[in-house]
Amino acid sequence: MVEADELRERIRQALGSVSHLEVRDLTGTKDHWEALIVSEAFSGKSRIEQHQMVYAALGELMAGPVHALALKTYSPESWSKQEG
Amino acid sequence: MEDSVRQRIQDIIESHDVVLFMKGTKHFPQCGFSATVVEVLRRSGADFQDVNVLEDPGIRQGIKEFTNWPTIPQLYVRGKFVGGCDIVREMYENGELDAVLSANEG
Repeated sequence: MVEADELRERIRQALGSVSHLEVRDLTGTKDHWEALIVSEAFSGKSRIEQHQMVYAALGELMAGPVHALALKTYSPESWSKQEG
Repeated sequence: MEDSVRQRIQDIIESHDVVLFMKGTKHFPQCGFSATVVEVLRRSGADFQDVNVLEDPGIRQGIKEFTNWPTIPQLYVRGKFVGGCDIVREMYENGELDAVLSANEG
């Protein structure tokens, strides 16, 4: 289990500029999460690289406390396209 | 990770064009995320090799370090890591997965 604030804090610290961040507890059990992240740090990176950056930010949390994490990552440019 | 585990992973992804490291088997997935990727590959008509990490603790841990990717399932096409459940599903929906898989045949 982990608190949403800790996830947000870790992500912000690791990525620097984060223009949009939503963290959602999918099951109410604090171990299945969904995160939507828009960051300048993702610009020019492949989706795999973007997700690897988030996993690296969460480090040891991924090896137990977080059982599942559904990720949606966007650079500001791809996010504005997504929003239409 | 032990070199022997790294070598085994390398051998597996080099000996099959499409490999899915998953929990359970393609006929009996034991995790919802693994089941999703199996279903996506089936719909794409892809023939793939399944590797059940639940039967091999060395590979279960090793594959996470191999790609610096902490979750399973993991899909490889022609030796290259394609993604986990979220990415593969997204690629299926936007057609990228078909492109990756069909490049395989040519």
